[in-house]
Amino acid sequence: MTTIAASAKPAIGRGLRLQWEPAQNAHVLLYPEGMIKLNGSAGEIMKRCDGVRTVSEITADLERSFATTGLGDDVAAFIDLALQKKWLEVCS
Amino acid sequence: MSELHPRPGPPLWLLCELTYRCPLHCVFCYNPVDFSRTGAELTTADWLRVLAEARALGAVQLGLSGGEPLVRDDVEIIVAAAHDLGFYINLITSGVGLNEERLQALKRAGLDHIQLSFQDSTRQMNDFLSSTRTFELKSKVAALIKKYEYPMVLNVVLHRLNIDHVGEILAMAKTMEADYVELANTQYYGWAFKNREQLLPSRAQLARAEEVTQRFRAENGEGMRVFFVVPDYFERRPKACMNGLGSLFLTIAPDGCALPCQAARMLPGLDFPNVRVASIKSIWYDSPAFNHFRGDAWMKEPCRSCPEKSKDFGGCRCQAYLLTGDAANADPVCDLSPHHHLVTEAVARAERPFVSEKPLVFRDHR
Repeated sequence: MTTIAASAKPAIGRGLRLQWEPAQNAHVLLYPEGMIKLNGSAGEIMKRCDGVRTVSEITADLERSFATTGLGDDVAAFIDLALQKKWLEVCS
Repeated sequence: MSELHPRPGPPLWLLCELTYRCPLHCVFCYNPVDFSRTGAELTTADWLRVLAEARALGAVQLGLSGGEPLVRDDVEIIVAAAHDLGFYINLITSGVGLNEERLQALKRAGLDHIQLSFQDSTRQMNDFLSSTRTFELKSKVAALIKKYEYPMVLNVVLHRLNIDHVGEILAMAKTMEADYVELANTQYYGWAFKNREQLLPSRAQLARAEEVTQRFRAENGEGMRVFFVVPDYFERRPKACMNGLGSLFLTIAPDGCALPCQAARMLPGLDFPNVRVASIKSIWYDSPAFNHFRGDAWMKEPCRSCPEKSKDFGGCRCQAYLLTGDAANADPVCDLSPHHHLVTEAVARAERPFVSEKPLVFRDHR
């Protein structure tokens, strides 16, 4: 159902900044005059989107980090949503 | 005490009004009309202390505003310190005082975003409404903002005298390759309240402007995000002003006065603390002025028993005070307020063909 290619390399969108905020115990995405507080899994995915790693590498790293399997669809679905919202962009 | 005033989360949004000084004289400015009687401005060292203390509490979005913040020559120092602390830094400017050299320095210092204000799409109207010759300068600044790869947010305050130009304003923004456009209808505080009769648009004007905006969005897609902020006078329920006073927003006025919103200075009976003598932590969590409008113990009817009180917090305290004389009343924008007629009467007056009975009052020292 997802459209993002496994070989795509997503990165944080232009003009946005992702950072960990201890006061909110969460990753937040900062943009002009606004902020989105990310839930745990969104934060873990976003912080791996560095424009270098591919979607499949990000998925593999998450599965390793959380000692689980089968995250592929969820990761791709979130990345699709984040691209649509321009939280992420794909570098060509 | 703790039940009366629930302990809030951190002040996530810090607005530093670096100065009330401004080269423009806009008729819709929300700064206090007696701004020239405000005490001495904070020093650079004061501001750096404010930033560090607020960041330690969890503040993360920083607005640098005014007045025109660039009137001060230490904005670059303030931006650099804020960047090192991890703030996302928004500079809210008229563009006056922003040349290429300064923009380069701000970029190096770590400024994240510039919001540039325009008064209208034409030089004639822009310059009239700000009582300056600034249109071409602002256009040059817009080009510089793009050149230095900032996300560009154009802000245009809408009112009766320019709302019919929304199509032209959007076309101008498109030409300038703006990323975001805020069409912010005037909020009636400060100078804007003084000029309300002349600034409030008619319903037909507002409907046309919304229609033009919708059409522009449909024709131009998502490339440029357009926000149309409806004037609350035309609503039946009030805005959730500041998400409730003292819940997220902390404003520091030029003289160090700490406020739960930039207009709150007008509210009587509240002794707003000053950062020269009090820490941000004690101001935010412990000061009576910040605790006063937290929770709902302060509310009167109809708010107190209203099921929507947790959604809109009774609206805007400043608007309640300005229109009814009591900041604890319901915001009269709400049609449940016994004072709602004050709003509907103002809106009805705006339906009359425009006759300039009163001259516009341009923001000035007095």
